[in-house]
Amino acid sequence: MTATADRKVRSNREAGARAGGPVDSIDAAGLGRARAAGLVAPALVLVLAFLVVPAAWTVYLGVTDYRLTGIQAANPEFVGLDNFTAALADPDFRNSLWLTLLFVLGSAIVGQTVAGFALAWTLRTVPKLVRSVVETLVLLAWILPSSIVAFLWVAYLSGDGGTLNAMLQTSGTEWLLEHPMASIIVFNTWRGTAFSMLLFSAALGAVPPSQLESARLAGAGAFAQLRDVVLPHIRGHVLTNTLLISLWTFNDFSPYLLTAGGPNHASETLPVFIYNKALYGGQLGYGSAISFIMLLINLVIALFYVRLLRERR
Amino acid sequence: MEVRSATHGTPRQAHTRPLRRTVIAGLAASVALVGAACDRGSSTGANPTQNAGAKDVTLTITSNAIAGGKNAEEADWYAKYVIPKFTEQQKAKGVTVKVTFQPSGVDDEQYKTKVALDLKSRAGADVMALDGIWVGEFAQAGYLKPLTDVAGSGVTSWEGWSQIPKAVQANASFEDKAYGIPAGTDGRVLYFNKKLFAQAGLPANWQPKSWQEILDAGTKLKSISGVEPIQINAGTAMGEATTMQGVLPLLVGTGSEIYADNKWQGDTKAVRDVLTFYKQLVDQGLTSKNFQQAAKGRDQSFAAFAAGKVGVLLEGDYFWRSVVNPDQGANPMTSRDTDVGWAFIPAREPGAGVGGTEFVSMSGGGGYFLNPNTKYPQQAWELLQFLGSADAINALLAGSARITARQDVNEKVLAKDPMLTFVSQKVLPLTHYRPGLAVYPQVSQALQQATADIVSGKSVEEAAKAYSAAVVKAVGGADKVATS
Repeated sequence: MTATADRKVRSNREAGARAGGPVDSIDAAGLGRARAAGLVAPALVLVLAFLVVPAAWTVYLGVTDYRLTGIQAANPEFVGLDNFTAALADPDFRNSLWLTLLFVLGSAIVGQTVAGFALAWTLRTVPKLVRSVVETLVLLAWILPSSIVAFLWVAYLSGDGGTLNAMLQTSGTEWLLEHPMASIIVFNTWRGTAFSMLLFSAALGAVPPSQLESARLAGAGAFAQLRDVVLPHIRGHVLTNTLLISLWTFNDFSPYLLTAGGPNHASETLPVFIYNKALYGGQLGYGSAISFIMLLINLVIALFYVRLLRERR
Repeated sequence: MEVRSATHGTPRQAHTRPLRRTVIAGLAASVALVGAACDRGSSTGANPTQNAGAKDVTLTITSNAIAGGKNAEEADWYAKYVIPKFTEQQKAKGVTVKVTFQPSGVDDEQYKTKVALDLKSRAGADVMALDGIWVGEFAQAGYLKPLTDVAGSGVTSWEGWSQIPKAVQANASFEDKAYGIPAGTDGRVLYFNKKLFAQAGLPANWQPKSWQEILDAGTKLKSISGVEPIQINAGTAMGEATTMQGVLPLLVGTGSEIYADNKWQGDTKAVRDVLTFYKQLVDQGLTSKNFQQAAKGRDQSFAAFAAGKVGVLLEGDYFWRSVVNPDQGANPMTSRDTDVGWAFIPAREPGAGVGGTEFVSMSGGGGYFLNPNTKYPQQAWELLQFLGSADAINALLAGSARITARQDVNEKVLAKDPMLTFVSQKVLPLTHYRPGLAVYPQVSQALQQATADIVSGKSVEEAAKAYSAAVVKAVGGADKVATS
């Protein structure tokens, strides 16, 4: 439910309560409950079929020793919470969780937000042509298919005649092996900045120029303007943006295309870890358990931001 | 929110019932949908005579081969020989058959995952080329069925069986039942670049007698700049190639097989010896850490060898036939016949190999298998026989040589190629096979992880301990794991 709709419902309900009438008066569209239910039923069915049921299925698989092949593929056995306790005790899982947090912090919360805001802020004042060119390039990084982008980056970072080495004169450096986490963080920042840039561009457009002008006249520097004028206006956008890109980055699988989680688990973020365990290693039960843990972490992140958004009002 | 507000007021209750009913109906519908998706095809049980008289037949073959890429000669063989000839042969019988080949050009592990998922969802090609070592776990999962179950008892009368030695038939069998037709076998050797050897002052007829002599050669090769002295696969990215072209040939050189007397090797001296050898290679800078760690390290090592930048490389005869082959190789080496030498893999020291041998090797082999969910079991079986016929195999070889499953073909073709003659006559008599047990791939992954640990700088003791713990977990009990 969007924020405005939520507010509307609340005020309608309060109005209804004051008038002593039934709360049904919130039915602004005049559909009635039955028809309204009919209207949302298809959506609910889809949500159930493709979200709730698979999630429940994941929980079920997570308490079995189900495997991709072998005897446990035909007859999986119930193992209780073994997979969950094994995951929490598994140093590879903890390593992976830590790497995922680094990845989210580095590439989403810091990288994409800062780069996106910096672009949006500077592009306000440059000539239109420059602005269009830069925006197109940044957007291109976002909309190109992952496989193509990964191929380009592997060539870019390769130790065997890679472009980056040619530019830095560091012939023979295998960036993906020697600095795997830094590589995927920079990669993902480059890849995803477009979204933050677009969102902040729109948000900055809503900052009244008169307020900025007054601040300037009052002698506020660039930093003070940002802190005292711009930030209060776009705080909601910042939070929404951070929520979305954190979740996307948390669940992002494209690092696999660059490093496959290697070398020796050094860039194995959770989605890659699950893929390596569940499909490559065939441990579907264990993979499901970790998927469920990941789902819970997603919920926690989402709740955290939703809380922040609420407090704003 | 709305639901909670529904408690203070009566008129609403009339409205909530249809809502709840709709939700329940939706829930039921979605469960039914998902259930139906999971259940797809479960009715196609093994019925060998299903569609036996069909006149319009579609069949698909899949293999990890792709035109212009991995195993290109095999992919071309399907397109240019198998499909047209088989279609023609069937047409003569009045059957219109449409055969398609599904190519794939990825690492074997990825191909295995893809095929396993296909079979799991009761889909996939009718005829599949698979590595023999996967048969056990696929059979136990119910993904593959014995040939007699899929295509009927008639399969035992195929003329090819008498041409295929028992040891090779075992590559496509599980628990003494044939699941497919074997395609051939192979053997592993040490390849070396004679040009680099000459530069380093090493002989052109090099034959190391111990692991130490491999290290010694590596030390000399190291003096040539831009050259990786030795490539013996390690790490998890190479998958089974690490186990087969790395750990296991070394392990049999210590006198121990990975599985013997109902026990798997755990944290034993044999395993620690192997890991120590890897440690020496890494610590003395005799091997490229990049190849051992990169996602595409094996392909990179092949390309580097073909470019004359690797001194010694442990591989199967596949490398000779399909990688550096000047005609159709993935990394063709025009000077292969003059520049590439080969040698036995030595035991740790002379006489230390399993059974007291001086030299060791490992062998495996793939085959063609029937998908139990095929709609046309009889026709698929005919295609399988066609793939295993002497004519078809001769066509695949097209004048080149490889160790095929059939002795009648081997007798004629192997003499043409000195390398393959060496493998079939000298290496196969002293080779070893992997245990055909379903749990083997998990042990193999633990071995790969142990070598990855060594390459990334862990100690032999740490790596062996972690390996042992992983094996105990995989095989389900410490009583099934040897320690010493």
